[in-house]
Amino acid sequence: MRIELSKRPQHSTLFSVLSPFIALALTLVAGAIMFSLLGKNPGEALYFYFIDPLREVWSLHELAVKAAPLILIAVGLSICYLSNNWNIGAEGQFIAGAVLGSFIPVVFPGFQNWTVLPLMLIMGMAGGAAYAAVPAYLKVRFNTNEILTSLMLVYVAQLFNDWLVRGIWRNPEGMSFPGTAPFHEYAVLPAIWPDAGRAHWGIVFALVAAVVAWFMLSKTLRGFEVKVLGQSPRAGRFAGFSSSRMVFFAFIVSGALAGLAGICEVSGAVGHLNEKLSIGYGFTAIIVAFLGRLNPLGIVAAGIILALTYLGGEAAQISIGVSDKVVRAFQGMLLFFVLACDTLIHYRIRLVSALPRSKTAEA
Amino acid sequence: METTHGPSGAGLLEVRGLTKIFGTLKACDNIDLDIAAGEIHALLGENGAGKSTLVKMLFGSLEPYSGTISWKGQAVRIASPGAARRLGIGMVFQHFSLFDSLTAAENIALSLADDTPILEIAEKARSLSKTYGLPLDPFSLVGDLSVGERQRIEITRCLLQEPQLIILDEPTSVLTPQEADKLFETLERLRAEGKSILYISHRLEEVKRMCDRATVLRHGKVVAHCDPRQETAASLARMMVGNDVAGATRPAAPAALGEELLGICGLSRKPATPFSIPLNNIWLSLRAGEVLGIAGVAGNGQGEFFEAVSGEVLQDSADVIRIRGKGVGKTGISGRRLLGAAFVPEERLGHGAAPRMRLSENLLLSRHATDRKVFLGTAGVIAKAAIGAATQRIIEVMDVRKSAPDPEAAALSGGNLQKFIIGRELDRQPSVLVVNQPTWGVDAGAAARIRQALIELARAGAAVLVISQDLDELFEISDAIAVMHSGALSKPMPIAEATLEKIGLLMGGAEPGHAHHSREVA
Repeated sequence: MRIELSKRPQHSTLFSVLSPFIALALTLVAGAIMFSLLGKNPGEALYFYFIDPLREVWSLHELAVKAAPLILIAVGLSICYLSNNWNIGAEGQFIAGAVLGSFIPVVFPGFQNWTVLPLMLIMGMAGGAAYAAVPAYLKVRFNTNEILTSLMLVYVAQLFNDWLVRGIWRNPEGMSFPGTAPFHEYAVLPAIWPDAGRAHWGIVFALVAAVVAWFMLSKTLRGFEVKVLGQSPRAGRFAGFSSSRMVFFAFIVSGALAGLAGICEVSGAVGHLNEKLSIGYGFTAIIVAFLGRLNPLGIVAAGIILALTYLGGEAAQISIGVSDKVVRAFQGMLLFFVLACDTLIHYRIRLVSALPRSKTAEA
Repeated sequence: METTHGPSGAGLLEVRGLTKIFGTLKACDNIDLDIAAGEIHALLGENGAGKSTLVKMLFGSLEPYSGTISWKGQAVRIASPGAARRLGIGMVFQHFSLFDSLTAAENIALSLADDTPILEIAEKARSLSKTYGLPLDPFSLVGDLSVGERQRIEITRCLLQEPQLIILDEPTSVLTPQEADKLFETLERLRAEGKSILYISHRLEEVKRMCDRATVLRHGKVVAHCDPRQETAASLARMMVGNDVAGATRPAAPAALGEELLGICGLSRKPATPFSIPLNNIWLSLRAGEVLGIAGVAGNGQGEFFEAVSGEVLQDSADVIRIRGKGVGKTGISGRRLLGAAFVPEERLGHGAAPRMRLSENLLLSRHATDRKVFLGTAGVIAKAAIGAATQRIIEVMDVRKSAPDPEAAALSGGNLQKFIIGRELDRQPSVLVVNQPTWGVDAGAAARIRQALIELARAGAAVLVISQDLDELFEISDAIAVMHSGALSKPMPIAEATLEKIGLLMGGAEPGHAHHSREVA
């Protein structure tokens, strides 16, 4: 008995749609096994993890707060990955956007009027885009591997931010805790319905970005260019598209969206810049992008699911007393199963018995 | 089904009712095949007839769905290429699997299971290759060798395992006529030793000349077993295609050719990679109404030349390449297309078409710039309906056969995809068409259609430049033939003066100042 993969003549539309759901189901099964190995009742644990956080309005708002950066970043990453540019450094671009976006309220706290917030958002996007342009330039100019350069730049950004908020940008009245002074009212991204919960305008930006990116990718020549250069670079060159320009386009768009996510997180969710800026949004967004099948609309759904793993992780720590490392375990399993299930799109699985099949002919 | 029994020798390989199914396609349907010891057996068929699938099952790369394979009278199951080799079946693939940066001996050592010292292998390879008239230097770097020499490595590697049946897949498609003659001598020597050869080809003259028996496949089924010497090339082609194949008709070129549409003035190009060919001072002038053929053994700079002419690679000076009188050396491929030029590259999948994209998307690939007004709306929104209609038009005109309304390019057979790619360019009515290997691996019916279309385009007032390894094709369609060797181009020879011998000698580098052996692109 063995398992045989045979290539489908065309990719399967059915499994393109089904594979993320199969992956989710397998993740839940594996999660149940993990919980029972930890000595917990798996049914109860999964309930507290995935259902309980959805039962209250305020926690739905929390879900939106967590989903917004994931969706924003993942939408940008989908453009990168479809064009075969492996930007792994969205976490760094997120931080770069947060830092540059915080420049005005931190350095010029006296400058207070309605232009501050739009300027902050623009500078956030510029920061992320500029930071993403570094691996893009290195790739085009020196043929460097963008996976390594973009990833290594994450640590540079983290340490730079750490240095800022412990050093020159530290709030003098902050009792020596790292972090800048709280932003003034013109520098805060407002909540959408302040009475109901904390969800800020970031989620709206995320949804708009998803729709615009979806339209661009599926309906326009630019989207076609992204896909052709990603799938067959040589055919793309034959079409007259420039792969160097595409490297910059993909990195700069995804960097700008990550930067926007960064400044929205700082000015919307936190209210000041500190050293614990991100809970790994830039990395989790990679899972979001793949779970959403690199389709911006799918990414909206996937972003909400991954946001739920964060919320569920917090809830489960309190209610059933498991470690917060469980969040990482869930996210890791999910990525694993998503990538594994994608095999089904291009391959058919057959169970083959060890006996030669020609025995019918021999009979 | 007509059957003639083999002339001599005991049955070596006996195949009965072999079937292989991919999804809904019966690639091989109930195939019967007998190969006797000491015969050269031809396997004939159009592209997509099931030849490759059949030999892959014989060589253990694919598992049959049903049917039996008997080897020397014993039913066997060939589970892997290793198992096939142990039985005594060797195979030389059409596309070589050699590492450019290793020597011939190292490449051979890699495929041998045991850990024989490399010097011993080299010595064996040297003596074996000499015995069979395939002189080979085991210590030469594969990257420096011509295609013919690389094929010798493949054949020597196969012979070292002392096979009794050797499968050769389209072995002459990359060789000069002279190199092919050498190969035939080797094959005859092998036959004299009692070894059997399964010879896959679509060059009917070769098959008539060399093979003792032939099995003809069409649409996955055996349509005939015959003695190719009793047949004519036309009757063999009829069996393969199922109807008569007409040669292209070439009306005489107009007495006075039109204005120059494509001019190349001293094109040189440095090698982009260690294994690519530098182009050396190429001059060419192509006028309206003319088909110019460029012959040459693969890897003598044709690919580099095509990239330079198409604008995928730019030149330092604008005037090196002129399209309709305009210097375009620094203009990209879209700009050259806008001047009326069209291009068909050699590689269909991955260069001329994106494999995982639909035909309609592949139409947009080469025409988004020239047909912007029709295919694109405001802000670059793709006009699906207009593109769909144009795709259907091309499919009908070129008789592209497909399994779905708008399939992915990779789902089409090579010949049908090529018809679509050529149709995509012809549909624009270009004034200059540059095409590299227009019918490489395309079946006889489709090839005839493509050649006719190229001639008609020229006679309608366009300039057509055809780069091809297939001399028969060039003689059929060209008004003049030039030869590319080691990155240099000979003076075009009017078709009335050209003979196979003259062209063949030029292809071998007989012109003074040329190195005798060509190098090949990695």
